[in-house]
Amino acid sequence: MPKVITESKKAFMTGNETAAWAALVSGADIMFGYPITPQNEIMHYWTRLAPKYGRGFLQTEDEISAGFTVCGSVQSGKKAFTATAGPGNVLMQEPFGMAEAMRLPVLAIIQQRGGPSSGTVVYSQQEVTLTTFGGNGEGHRIVYSTATHQEIYDYVIKGFNTAWKYRFPTFVLGDGYQAKMREPLEIYPPEERGIKMVDTYPLIGLEGSIRAGEREPQHLCNIYSLEEELYEVVLKNAADYEAICPELIEFEEKHCEDAELIVVSHGVVSRAADDAVKALRAQGIKAGYFRPITLRPYPAEQLKAAIAKSGAKKLLVAESSYGQFYRLTRQEIYGETVKIETLFKPGVGIIDYDIVNKIKSII
Amino acid sequence: MATVVPATPKSWYLPSKPHKFCPGCGHGIVLKALGEAIDELEIQDKTIFGCDIGCSLLSWNFFACDTTQTHHGRTTPVMVGIKRSRPELITVGYMGDGGGYSIGSQHLVNAAVRNEKVTLILVNNTNYGMTGGQMAPTTLPEQITETTPYGRDPELTGYPTKGPEFIAQLTPDSAYVARATVAKYKQLKRFIKNALRNQIEGNGFSFVEVLSTCPTNWRTNAQQTWHFLEDEMEPNFPVGEIKSPFGKGDK
Repeated sequence: MPKVITESKKAFMTGNETAAWAALVSGADIMFGYPITPQNEIMHYWTRLAPKYGRGFLQTEDEISAGFTVCGSVQSGKKAFTATAGPGNVLMQEPFGMAEAMRLPVLAIIQQRGGPSSGTVVYSQQEVTLTTFGGNGEGHRIVYSTATHQEIYDYVIKGFNTAWKYRFPTFVLGDGYQAKMREPLEIYPPEERGIKMVDTYPLIGLEGSIRAGEREPQHLCNIYSLEEELYEVVLKNAADYEAICPELIEFEEKHCEDAELIVVSHGVVSRAADDAVKALRAQGIKAGYFRPITLRPYPAEQLKAAIAKSGAKKLLVAESSYGQFYRLTRQEIYGETVKIETLFKPGVGIIDYDIVNKIKSII
Repeated sequence: MATVVPATPKSWYLPSKPHKFCPGCGHGIVLKALGEAIDELEIQDKTIFGCDIGCSLLSWNFFACDTTQTHHGRTTPVMVGIKRSRPELITVGYMGDGGGYSIGSQHLVNAAVRNEKVTLILVNNTNYGMTGGQMAPTTLPEQITETTPYGRDPELTGYPTKGPEFIAQLTPDSAYVARATVAKYKQLKRFIKNALRNQIEGNGFSFVEVLSTCPTNWRTNAQQTWHFLEDEMEPNFPVGEIKSPFGKGDK
């Protein structure tokens, strides 16, 4: 099989195309997917590229099936992934729950669309609650919220490694704007950046003969007879998850040393926040910028530290949903007395001007 | 007095025996036939057994084969995901009539249409056993269940699902589709073996529905149980090979 790319190169492409390339260079074996806007082109590029590199694809009957086929595939030791959005993300919570319970290294790329329900096919940040804490589980998931195409590329590669290293379901949370717009980025073979792809391994279909007594059969369990059995499993998962949080947490912080107000945002909105903070600084307003890259686990201690060192009196949480990121942030920094202002534009884009105006109205 | 020890399939996982199915339940017979078929085809080491939720879940550690549990109705896509990823493995999905024909019907239908090279065994006992005997897609007209306490009224809830018949319509000639019954063991084993062989040969989708017994929820004694299976179920659900790449169907 030919190598996908041999060296770094500049590209100008959509976020969906970027995601497909990133999965390819990550060595993904197979994608299972079901059409839903705005993630479709991930499949479109994958189906064009995959056969050239000996990779597989199956268009399933729905997102439930796409999620469960991914679960089966990773159990058999293959690097499998899926992509979805909106109501598709809702349906996939069932297989994501199984991945959470059975510690399956599932990677899903979510391109958020407007909600609730079918909403719009365009854009939102309204799948934060669903992606971080969806299903009947405990949120033992890893969620990267990307802001640029470069990050989609970087975090799809990282996401596969995170999933296989720690065996928690891992999400790259983008949105319709990132999915559909084109922008420049650099694509590269992971090894060129010193990134070693984590080896995959099967949980069932193992080497060695059971019949000949060379090994015991694998009986993977997902339902328990006793309350105490389940309790032990969940506590172990929680302990494992909490232990790795420090090495998983990622965030960006700018101008927080002397900030009187910190803008907290994530994903593509953080680009508007970055521009807004620069503009405000140019006008002599001491604004700061804080952006969780991982929404699960959330960089709570880091945000608290930014508040403490700046002495900021206010936070402004800006997001393209009606408070999903705000509620997540508030619970994570529980106990802080800083006043939290909000800029909610559910299903609608936020530009620097919106944030600048909001800040001028509250200081 | 000499003790006769019943023959146990080599592919059975002995630490989980005796199994946990109710007395008089047909699952043990189906799983014995499957175990013997796995032995005779010598596929124990490459068989992946996937079990649905419901009574079929009690088979989760039944075999000395790599096994995974799934969700209710989702065994089919999990088996498809494994087979698509590792075609050398033999994937056997095991489910009840609720899992296959109701909550997982979209997966069953589409796996059949795509002629996925998996083997699915669906146990039809005309009710949801594990949850306490509710109406299933296969419940017979006038049959009393917990959710049809006055008998199933086809005007309100339709007629029993005839799975093999509709799957046969959806699949190409390379598929294998049959209905067996725990009342005819040799035939049951032959059908299961054919369904596995069809996957081993890479032909296509393989499906066996097995008519089975549920005296616990039917509230029947041994004689009534057998009567219901042979005289009530079989006339509604004809037993035989409906589609077979191995020559003329066995009726």
